[in-house]
Amino acid sequence: MTNYVLRRLLIAIPSLLGISVILFTVLALAPGDPFEELATNPAIPPDVRAALRASLGLDDPVWTRYFSWLTAMLRGDWGYSFVSRVNVDDLILARLPTTLAIIGASQILALAIALPVGVMAATRPYSIFDQVANTLAFIGFSLPTFFTGLLLILLFSITLDWLPFVYRADLSSTGWTWVWEQLRQSIMPVAVLGLFQGAAWTRFVRSAVLDVIRLDHVTTARAKGLPEGRVTLRHIVRNALIPVVTLVALQMPTVFGGAIVTEQIFRVPGIGSLLISAILANDTPVIMAVTFVFACLVVFFNLLADVIYGWLDPRISYS
Amino acid sequence: MNEDDLRQMIGRVQRGSLSRRGFVKRMAAVGLTAPMATQLLAIAGAAPAAAQTVTPYPARRGGGALKVLYWQGATLLNPHFAVGTKDQDGSRAFYEPLAGWSQDGTLEPVLAAEIPSRENGGLAEDGRSVTWKLKRGVKWHDGQDFTADDAVFNWEYAKDPATASVTTGSYRDVNVVKVDDYTVRVEFERPTPFWADAFVGSRGMLIPKHLFKDYTGAKSRDAPTNLRPVGTSAYRFTEFQPGDMLRGEANRNYHMPNRPFFDTLEVKGGGDAVSAARAVMQTGEFDYAWNMQVEDEILKRLEANGRGKVNVLPGGGIEFIQLHTRDPWTEVEGERAHISTTHPTLSDPAVRQALALLCDRNALEQFIYGRGGPATANFLNNPPRFRSENMKFEFSIAKANEVLDAAGWVRGRDGIRAKDGKRLKFVYQTSINTPRQRTQAVIKQAAQRAGIDIEVKAVTASVFFSSDLANPDTYTKFWSDIQMYTTTMPQADPQLFMNQYVSWEMSTKANSWQGRNIVRWKNDEYDAAYRAAEGELDPVKRAALFIKMNDLIVSSNHVIPLVGRPTVSASLNTLHHKLSAWDLTFGFLHDWHRAA
Repeated sequence: MTNYVLRRLLIAIPSLLGISVILFTVLALAPGDPFEELATNPAIPPDVRAALRASLGLDDPVWTRYFSWLTAMLRGDWGYSFVSRVNVDDLILARLPTTLAIIGASQILALAIALPVGVMAATRPYSIFDQVANTLAFIGFSLPTFFTGLLLILLFSITLDWLPFVYRADLSSTGWTWVWEQLRQSIMPVAVLGLFQGAAWTRFVRSAVLDVIRLDHVTTARAKGLPEGRVTLRHIVRNALIPVVTLVALQMPTVFGGAIVTEQIFRVPGIGSLLISAILANDTPVIMAVTFVFACLVVFFNLLADVIYGWLDPRISYS
Repeated sequence: MNEDDLRQMIGRVQRGSLSRRGFVKRMAAVGLTAPMATQLLAIAGAAPAAAQTVTPYPARRGGGALKVLYWQGATLLNPHFAVGTKDQDGSRAFYEPLAGWSQDGTLEPVLAAEIPSRENGGLAEDGRSVTWKLKRGVKWHDGQDFTADDAVFNWEYAKDPATASVTTGSYRDVNVVKVDDYTVRVEFERPTPFWADAFVGSRGMLIPKHLFKDYTGAKSRDAPTNLRPVGTSAYRFTEFQPGDMLRGEANRNYHMPNRPFFDTLEVKGGGDAVSAARAVMQTGEFDYAWNMQVEDEILKRLEANGRGKVNVLPGGGIEFIQLHTRDPWTEVEGERAHISTTHPTLSDPAVRQALALLCDRNALEQFIYGRGGPATANFLNNPPRFRSENMKFEFSIAKANEVLDAAGWVRGRDGIRAKDGKRLKFVYQTSINTPRQRTQAVIKQAAQRAGIDIEVKAVTASVFFSSDLANPDTYTKFWSDIQMYTTTMPQADPQLFMNQYVSWEMSTKANSWQGRNIVRWKNDEYDAAYRAAEGELDPVKRAALFIKMNDLIVSSNHVIPLVGRPTVSASLNTLHHKLSAWDLTFGFLHDWHRAA
């Protein structure tokens, strides 16, 4: 087992290096620099702009920039934002709590919907409940989040005026008012993301459970006279979870990466909105850091999913 | 003072040759109160935009929270590193310049005790120095005194090339001398009529010496105060999340009486312009939203709710077309559009005149830009004292056809005009932006009816406005026949704005296409007028020179002004703000208050 994990970690190193080379090259090839706004401003002499570029090392050849980035990254220095003139890790750490809270809550909501509904629907296939759940799930993952987000804003913020649509990471109130206000402002972004994800997962859980429910060991369990609840939980769901675990584990990095579109709509100051504004401003160090950490997390969670398989299904071994 | 005098004076205000404040002052001198004088102006039709109506400042504080929404949040808070207006505004919330530009294009003192003038001895007769008297008793937010040393330090800080500051252009060519603790003198190499650059407006915000003196030059990026500003303004810094949230609280020791009105300041960033407009004018969650780049239709619909209003501030920004003087399709010495070439067809004045006649500016205003783009015949539109009355614009396809017929451009079998084997076929480039693509379509259609074939080309803004030497599509290279973009005018003085057509600023390979004369136009009369204006100390003669320059470039038709681009913002009806197109949004934040 340890051997297996070690081997996988070693394999990950070249792939992460490859990812970083590709990311860096693509960003270096992309046109523009962080000082576009100075271009049409007559009060800024063009040589000032050129000096600014030079001071940030933007005129160096791509490979020198890449190696200085890589050595800094290996030393744990994530770089220095061109736009904000602060260290990238400060920028990311400031936004991480909000992203974890919002995206984490939405993933929990998605699981809380997908697991029970998916299992219920699969244990009673083609019943009314199954039909309704299926239809709703279809609608849920067919509607893109930017559309449902705007729809919710239109209904709850503008027409009914119940909920605020501008998310604020630092509410000034304390105690129960804080909880209440936090709830009010989080409910729409969490619902939009959670329902979308939950709908997709519901369909997946349902089909995974349906695959297992017809197997012989389930019939045996029932024949032994086990109560239906126990059959479902111990004999069906546990086996059906294996593919679901992969899916959920691969989804976990997005908890870090944030949801670009939804964060933009609700002005949630998370990693996603940091990434999009960095991309728009050509702030290469921030883009590199966010995407690279994202890549690391994808690799890591892939590994984690494989390890959890072994626990869920003892037949899988890693020797 | 009799009625005639009064009428004359009001006329001067209407023409812009006398400022509103000047008028009110003169009225006060003969015993008329300020509100009365303002009334006179309003009756005479010289009232400013609705947003600027003068309301008495409330004699109290404690106005609660002021909530401002920026759809692009400030990312840094050091005014010398502020790249965009969003960062300058973020810095301006805490730092102050010696003086700011008000909407009528005049200076208003902030940290200065008075505006230097010939009368008070602030301006040297030879135009080679300006002496600023600083306000006494001003304290930084940490309690230290603000003195002339701070001003001198800012000059040293910004002019140091190792600091790599954005403001360096305003400081590197001047010399700043401390006269006494509360007086500084800015010295120029040459007589300088436009002396209000260093220490003024968006480029003049002052940072405290005692907190930055250990962080100059290459160390400037490490200053902890880059993110935790300590300024002199009406609001003290409390919190900053780059790109997201900026907070401040009222500065109880502020140097202006009864100010600020609000207890706290909150500037939220992110999102998009349309929903920002909604958050102000529909739900009222915020008091003010910055830079409303939103279709006028939508803004009008939101205004109909009766909760908020749209503020349109005319400034100098202009959306315009350039017709190339050089040949972008032939390479000379490895350079396209080399300055030794001339454009094969656009060099004919008749073709340029026809193209100018084919730009339906009224339609652009009416159907594309709305209040955000009034049609104009001038390149230099504001402040009004610099606006030419001589230029007119006209849209007439028939007349364009006549002009081309008369010049010998004959329609070929495909309907496209040609002369001596040269066809009127142009590539028209601009950046990707919906109103621009719609404008391209409008002009292309009109041109087609006059036998001119236009191929439209749209380049991503990040490419078009980049200084990337390897990219052929940047606007400074201008490797097409026609191009269109907006140029801004951040100061109420046209000197830097009008250098876009002087021959020594031509954008060429030799200067890495960094020259500001992108259309590569050369006119000796223009050059001479510009040289004269640079040293002309008489403001009236100087204004006449700029008007002449505007007339020269516009009547050459190498430049076709389309629409002005005023600053558009949205605010709640209850908010009384003081805004200026010549200064930052927060340039007069200390005066903002809510209606009683």
